[in-house]
Amino acid sequence: MKKSKAAAKSQPLPKAKDKRGLQYFLWIVPFLILVFLFSYFPLHGWIYAFFDYKPPRSLSDCDFVGLQWFQMLFTNKTQVSQLIQVMKNTFAMSLLGIATSILPVAFAIFLNEIKCKWFKTFVQTFTTLPNFISWVLVYSVAFSLFSSTGMVNGFLENMGIITDPIKFLDNDSHTYLWMLMWNTWKGLGWGAIMYLASIAGIDQEQYEAASIDGANRFQLMRHITLPALMPTFFIMLMLAISNFLNNGLDQYFVFQNSFNKEHIQVLDLYVYNIGMTGSSYSLATAISMLKSIVSVALLTIVNYISKKTRGESIV
Amino acid sequence: MKKKKPTAADQTFNVFNYLLFGIFTLICIYPFYYMVINTISANDLSAAGSINFLPKGLHMDNYKALLEIKGLGSAALVSIGKTVIGTVLTVLSSAFLGFMFTQDKMWKRKFWYRFVVITMYFNAGLIPMFLTMKNLHLTNTFWVYVIPTIVQPFNIILVKTYVESLPKALQEAAEIDGAGIFKVFYKVVLPTCTPILATVAIFSAVNQWNSYQDTLIYVTEQKLYSLQYLLYTYINQASSLAAMVKNSGTAAVSAAALATQQTGTSIRMTVSVIVVLPILCIYPMFQRFFVKGIMIGSVKG
Repeated sequence: MKKSKAAAKSQPLPKAKDKRGLQYFLWIVPFLILVFLFSYFPLHGWIYAFFDYKPPRSLSDCDFVGLQWFQMLFTNKTQVSQLIQVMKNTFAMSLLGIATSILPVAFAIFLNEIKCKWFKTFVQTFTTLPNFISWVLVYSVAFSLFSSTGMVNGFLENMGIITDPIKFLDNDSHTYLWMLMWNTWKGLGWGAIMYLASIAGIDQEQYEAASIDGANRFQLMRHITLPALMPTFFIMLMLAISNFLNNGLDQYFVFQNSFNKEHIQVLDLYVYNIGMTGSSYSLATAISMLKSIVSVALLTIVNYISKKTRGESIV
Repeated sequence: MKKKKPTAADQTFNVFNYLLFGIFTLICIYPFYYMVINTISANDLSAAGSINFLPKGLHMDNYKALLEIKGLGSAALVSIGKTVIGTVLTVLSSAFLGFMFTQDKMWKRKFWYRFVVITMYFNAGLIPMFLTMKNLHLTNTFWVYVIPTIVQPFNIILVKTYVESLPKALQEAAEIDGAGIFKVFYKVVLPTCTPILATVAIFSAVNQWNSYQDTLIYVTEQKLYSLQYLLYTYINQASSLAAMVKNSGTAAVSAAALATQQTGTSIRMTVSVIVVLPILCIYPMFQRFFVKGIMIGSVKG
């Protein structure tokens, strides 16, 4: 983006009143209208956070309540305890995600050490596959394997290890870890691809020079491959931090049930649950409004850090 | 590189490395294999959980029975429709906008480009989005699946970066020959952009096929359910489905009937296989596009 700007400036400017300039603009107007309708226009919905909106009625018939919903979020006892639990879940899932973001790096470095070419291709092809199936299907897989009639329980029962099926899914123990596990299963292979590409770009002479100096394989991995991946890792880390509150709805909605609700409700799911199923539109809007503002702030901060430390912005 | 004698540490590392990757790859493949063999095995054995490694009592009745399930046909049509139409529209709009945003002559080009791209970084939130769709009368229509996804800033960046890497002389030569902007677009730019457009197409097709949130939030009418959402409802009803089937089936207890009789499990797994099949089929062919897509995406400026 930056480069093209510089290039555009260095060229002689077109005639100020070039008719084609306006014509070109008119061709893209329909698309700009779509962008406006689906990205900017919905922002007006934030005013619902300041009303007591009851769906069948129109907004003008509803009471203007000012900051009542925002005050309620931080003063109402049950509301506060709910919100604290939801924030705990959100932080736990995001922190676990960030803590395990080193796994794709390790995956790439170790896969690079495999010299058998067909095996490498085989691993790469099939470990990236889960990334392309939907969360509904991941849930279907989870159900097939871990439900009370699923494969794992069937296997254990046939072996005589257990008599009653273990409830893996309708259960609130280790919810965070289960979610992390499915996340890793789905995303690990795909996450490693970028790092594998970075490895392919490392100058082979570095390895040769280091081996001549007597470095062994592990030293090469530690002192050449790993440092070469750090810039990419840094970008991914920054993006993860800027998305700290955006765990998304997809994964948690499908795995949600009445047993694990307490620990699976991340912020996005909570907004859905109280807004769409609980029908408190105004409260849900207030929460998601706060969430959006914090997210944009996080992105700005992260971008600033990135500019300071690497001299490059991430957005 | 010079060959060195492998040390003992090297050897141990190799063994563990191959073992770990082998196991993880198996974990990634096995669930799919497990579902497929269970759909073609005898349903009573499958329900008892004894089909783990090899199919037993092969039959295709589960797939034939799908034709009779109410709602599945229309869901398949909706899913195919939104994947095809959504993808075509997204690809065309990304190609056109990506190309137009390289035209320096355009009035306030940089401003409009930013106007589009900045929308990647904020969103109004679930409820305002829902109310907007409702006010636009898009909820409970097929168009709610495709119209909001037409303009994708990220894809536009991809195409724009790609067009900028092409020699400017291409367009200039065509313009000297008297080609207008549209002719330049479809005669010159479109053909040279096929690699990046293929990438965009694959990604948006997979996204359309896999999304269920759009149905969840904007659609309540059953005939507009997408396949993914229908599968979700099946999974949640699996136990009740199975109970229903069992109650009605107690009269007929012959072994042959049990083997091919539909159970909640068999329906759920068969639909899952149908839903994942398109991905499994296109994935090996298009894997390089996926990889290319993420690479270009990661170096965007």
